[in-house]
Amino acid sequence: MKAWNKIKNWPLLLPVLALILVMAVNIIHDAATGVNPMSFFAVSLRDTTTNGTILYGRIIDIINRGSEVAILAIGMTLVVSASAGTDISVGSVMSLCASFMCMNLAGYGVSSTTTLAKPLIVGLLAAVLMGVVCGAFNGTLVAHLSIQPMVATLILYSAARAIGLLLCNDLIVYVRNPSFAFIGAFCGPIPTPIIITIVCIIIVSIVLRKTALGMYIQSVGINAKASRIAGLNSKLLIFLAYMLCGIFAAIAGIVASSRITSADSNNIGLYLEMDAILSVALGGNSLGGGKFNLAGSIIGAYTIQAITTTLYALGVSSIQAPVYKAIIVIIIVVIEAPPFKAFIRRFNAQRAAKGVKA
Amino acid sequence: MNSKIKAKKNFNSNTLLLVITIVLFCVLYAGGCIAYGSRGFTHFQTFLNILITNAGLICVACGMTCVMLTGGIDISVGALIAMDCMMLAVGMSKGIGAVPMVLLVLLVGVVFGIFQGFLVGYLEIQPFIVSMAGMFFCRGMTAVICTDQVSITEKVNATFYKWANSKITIPFGGYTNNKGKYMVPYVRPGVVVALLVLVVIFIMLRYTKFGRSLYAVGGSAQSAAMMGLNVKRIKMGAYMLSSILCSIGGVCYCLNTMAGSVTQALGLEMDAISSAVIGGTLLTGGVGNVIGSFFGVLINGTISSIVKTNGKLASSWPNILTAALLFIFIVIQSIFAAIRARRK
Repeated sequence: MKAWNKIKNWPLLLPVLALILVMAVNIIHDAATGVNPMSFFAVSLRDTTTNGTILYGRIIDIINRGSEVAILAIGMTLVVSASAGTDISVGSVMSLCASFMCMNLAGYGVSSTTTLAKPLIVGLLAAVLMGVVCGAFNGTLVAHLSIQPMVATLILYSAARAIGLLLCNDLIVYVRNPSFAFIGAFCGPIPTPIIITIVCIIIVSIVLRKTALGMYIQSVGINAKASRIAGLNSKLLIFLAYMLCGIFAAIAGIVASSRITSADSNNIGLYLEMDAILSVALGGNSLGGGKFNLAGSIIGAYTIQAITTTLYALGVSSIQAPVYKAIIVIIIVVIEAPPFKAFIRRFNAQRAAKGVKA
Repeated sequence: MNSKIKAKKNFNSNTLLLVITIVLFCVLYAGGCIAYGSRGFTHFQTFLNILITNAGLICVACGMTCVMLTGGIDISVGALIAMDCMMLAVGMSKGIGAVPMVLLVLLVGVVFGIFQGFLVGYLEIQPFIVSMAGMFFCRGMTAVICTDQVSITEKVNATFYKWANSKITIPFGGYTNNKGKYMVPYVRPGVVVALLVLVVIFIMLRYTKFGRSLYAVGGSAQSAAMMGLNVKRIKMGAYMLSSILCSIGGVCYCLNTMAGSVTQALGLEMDAISSAVIGGTLLTGGVGNVIGSFFGVLINGTISSIVKTNGKLASSWPNILTAALLFIFIVIQSIFAAIRARRK
């Protein structure tokens, strides 16, 4: 009983359970179609003509493709925790950062290039700078003008993609340069996006562990007024959370853009804000702000990617996939809704009372 | 006495927002007339064309205003319209009549609205999350119904085609075109529906119990509950109303596009929200007016009309300008709110 309670209160229960469920669906599907049931977990080395020897397997693919969502989920977790709201502009900001970077790398108005107009580092810094600017814009609206986060970020949600198109002169800018493509390709046998994600996660967890930033953000999220009275600069912390979210959106944008070696303003990061919010919710974090669990969000992000990959494997097309994701979101939020929890508690109590009578 | 003065003050700053909106519309339209007068911007028909293209958006903006009055938001509207259009297109190409299909679409709107309203009102889940899931559900469902673009031609359904192409002429404001032919100004049936919706919702908000309780719930849900209002049911009603109006808007929208496709009405929720906000509806709830939202829609329409008439500007400009306007109005609102808070 004690062990059961321990498991029940484990913060990572929901994401891990969901991940196991997804794996089970995969195994059953493989078994049903006559493929080796364990092929889901199989990882092998394969020789390719373009990238040399690389790691190959469905797990690797999920972790690789899930990089953007995982990176976004880090920033989203901080935003949700600090401001009890979500940043819905991340997908569009990703696209804007990618467009700005490719515009810098290719030169304005150039639609396709193999040589870089400026050093790679300038392009990368430009993307991150754009992320900082977007994050600061959102942060100012939320922290200093006290506008609801979702509405404040709605402005960039619709404008950022359009600005990106404007920067690219309404074109899809291709930068077919090996040094740029490296970010989205392979570093030795390991996909580079995985390495970038791991580095991001390690840096953030060190900062959160070694400094009090994580605790401050949580305390602002639990009660902004009380934190201010206790001597914390609530506004600055909320602002900081949005700025970090913008930076992570920029990094995700760099990865996404490098994967396709182009800046496709209309499609980069499309619907990714939904995935990022979903990973935070799936990770057992309350969307009402306060305490957060970064590990949960990241497991949540990979679970989302696993769900997406599984849906594709089951033959659902990419434009139909949102239906299933929406159903999953509704199930998660209903389970976490206080009135529903109260209802379950009452139901259990009633059943227990009946049991005593019988 | 004190409350009366307070009400008057509230009224003043809110009417000020409405006045700003109407003045802005007049300035924008006048600017368009001066800059593009030679390209026919001054004709009465140009104004009517704005109404024709935005008939669906007017209905949606009315519903959005009702939801925003309760302090919520509904971002599922654009996707719901896409689903409505796809249902209409596919249903009619399968040989179902126009009237049953329209009724079916309205019914789907009601059911969808009840579901969203239940989640927001009774389970107290954040409206944004609920409607975001609703948005993805509808967008995905559109693709589940059909992944291709399905168009409604005369062969598919003659009745619907007749509705879409019938003109309701207006006896004044015509002009003679450069070929010497007199052009009679006209509107499409969708405009009549939209204006009817506007009037009905205006009367409902002002004079019925439900309309007034929307304001009460948005002003303060706690006080409304203490006053004896059923807050949960009213919130649910607001979302239901929004989805029904959105379905009506979807039919109007479909009369314009005569097609169903997955990418239809992408970002329409943004237009509806910005129209309502520009029209003086407070995002925190309790304050707002459909007349303001109507002018918000007209402003959006004028901007895209100007960009279209210019012809040289990139297609992304309307989006950027609308977002910039939304930004300005949100900031003005928050400044007003800060002033009001200081006065207290």
